[in-house]
Amino acid sequence: MARRRNLPIVVLALAVIAVQLASAAAGKPQYLTQLTMAGYYSLVIVGLTLLMGYTGQISLGHAGFFAIGGYTSGLLTTYNLHPRGGGGLVSLLQATGLLVAGQDLYGGDLLVVRPWAACLIAMLVAIGIAYLVGKPVLKLRGHYLAMATLGFGTIVYKVVLGSSLVGAADGISDIPAFPLFGGVVVTGKSALRVHNYYLAWGLVLGAMALLTNLVHSRVGRALRAIHGAEDAANAMGVDTARYKLNMFVLSAALAALGGVFLTHYNGGIGPSEASIMKSVRYVAIVAVGGMANLWGALIMGVLLNFLSLRGSFGSYDDAVFGLILLAIMLFAPDGLLRVELVRRVPGLRCVFGQERAP
Amino acid sequence: MSLLEVKDLCKRFGGLQAVGNVSFTVAAGSIKALIGPNGAGKTTLFNLIFGALLPDSGQVWFDGQQTDGWQPHQVVAAGMARTFQHIRLFPKMSAWENIAVGRHVHSRAGFLASMLGLPWTRREQRAVREKALDIMRFLGVEDRADVEATSLAYGQQRIIELGRALACEPTLLLLDEPAAGLNMRETSEMAKLIARIRDTGVTVLLVEHDMTLVMNISDEVLVLSYGEKIADDKPLAIQKHPEVIKVYLGEDDA
Repeated sequence: MARRRNLPIVVLALAVIAVQLASAAAGKPQYLTQLTMAGYYSLVIVGLTLLMGYTGQISLGHAGFFAIGGYTSGLLTTYNLHPRGGGGLVSLLQATGLLVAGQDLYGGDLLVVRPWAACLIAMLVAIGIAYLVGKPVLKLRGHYLAMATLGFGTIVYKVVLGSSLVGAADGISDIPAFPLFGGVVVTGKSALRVHNYYLAWGLVLGAMALLTNLVHSRVGRALRAIHGAEDAANAMGVDTARYKLNMFVLSAALAALGGVFLTHYNGGIGPSEASIMKSVRYVAIVAVGGMANLWGALIMGVLLNFLSLRGSFGSYDDAVFGLILLAIMLFAPDGLLRVELVRRVPGLRCVFGQERAP
Repeated sequence: MSLLEVKDLCKRFGGLQAVGNVSFTVAAGSIKALIGPNGAGKTTLFNLIFGALLPDSGQVWFDGQQTDGWQPHQVVAAGMARTFQHIRLFPKMSAWENIAVGRHVHSRAGFLASMLGLPWTRREQRAVREKALDIMRFLGVEDRADVEATSLAYGQQRIIELGRALACEPTLLLLDEPAAGLNMRETSEMAKLIARIRDTGVTVLLVEHDMTLVMNISDEVLVLSYGEKIADDKPLAIQKHPEVIKVYLGEDDA
């Protein structure tokens, strides 16, 4: 059982390596940049797939969590604490090694939060906000939940757009690289492109391994039961409110993780990352992947984000995602990579269609 | 000794008195039936006992604990389980998986342990599947294990829902119209099944309209009319009770 479940992970790992080798052989290493970014966006998408497809709870505000992660880490690693150097709090932080000193472009003294500490704080902030928002909002169902999460997304967007602290419409730029461990650094420098590609996809692989385990567990079964008949799940002993909240927070944490890493990779973040269209895009990708289909969502997410980032949709980018959502709802509400369809293709049967067996 | 004790339970919906001052007990190891005309408040009473509704006043004592005000999932953990009047199986899940959800309170893998796929969670999963299949064998439907539950024949869906409740290993099983929609043969099989479940030591409280089933298997019958208790006695006495005949059974059945 376990081996069959791990097979898709192995296939994905091999595909990640094959794509890198192919891009090197074809002399198109620049593709890896968009694939790295698409990898980070995939973290949002797979988390949202579990929340929407498996648990049956829609969120039109997940770009908000992505942005909270990215903006918090970006702000903390760029906000200069040097002018406040004498303050008690700043000295305390400095004593604990959470700050790092440096110089800006003009040789002025800089004192900012270390990236790993900023990343940790960003994750905690996103998790805390997800908990506070999710607790009341997840009591709502259907359209009402969609509208409430849309409201949350709108607030985050308008706050980052209107706040001069985070650069208003310009966003935050010159965000430093994020040294993780050893020589591994999250940075957009082209010399480290291959290395960052593997880092991003290593994270995606890790997330997929954890989430496929979750889907096939006692918790996964309880989540699907909530999706199917919430009152009956509660009557079987499932603490439905807690399970929905945990799943909401988990998916928000994945979104924030993607936000933190992509922000340090790009060296900046702007308000468009928090826009409602971004949230709609994530929902569209989950739908096109087949809702309760982690692998379908991952594949469609990488494909569509890659094309979008390459500029294939031109200035119709958002319209394309709107069209996809419309077409999927009308013609293929179960998504394109439907389990029943894919099962008919012999070679793919081992990769898909194992979602239900233990 | 009574396993369940209901004291002066009241519930109003706006101006309607759905349940008014109902008190009764259910003896451990017995089958008690709850009957009454449509709208008598039977399902409301069920929901009050199970925690799906909050009573306006009154108390529910189950197995030595006061459980009114508890949520259904807490009541299940204390040893109650239920089925629904309108079948509420989980769609897009196989029959055995539906039953496996009933093992929720008897297994413990949480989010973190499940995501990490720790070896004990996998052992637990295997044990849950085995238990679900055992229950399906007990019910005689083991050959339907991998069929999508909601695509089964109606009578089998009732059985699977019963199996799902049994998977909770309840001491008290609440059955809301277990024979609704079943034909005569299926109804008599359901009656035998309920008696077998009682014989395994499970106390049963059931709502039912099929009087043959009720009178054959019940140790006691409680009659509700307009939310109030009008009789609570042995089946034979109930059949002769003048007020029960007037409001519910009708002269011909007496």
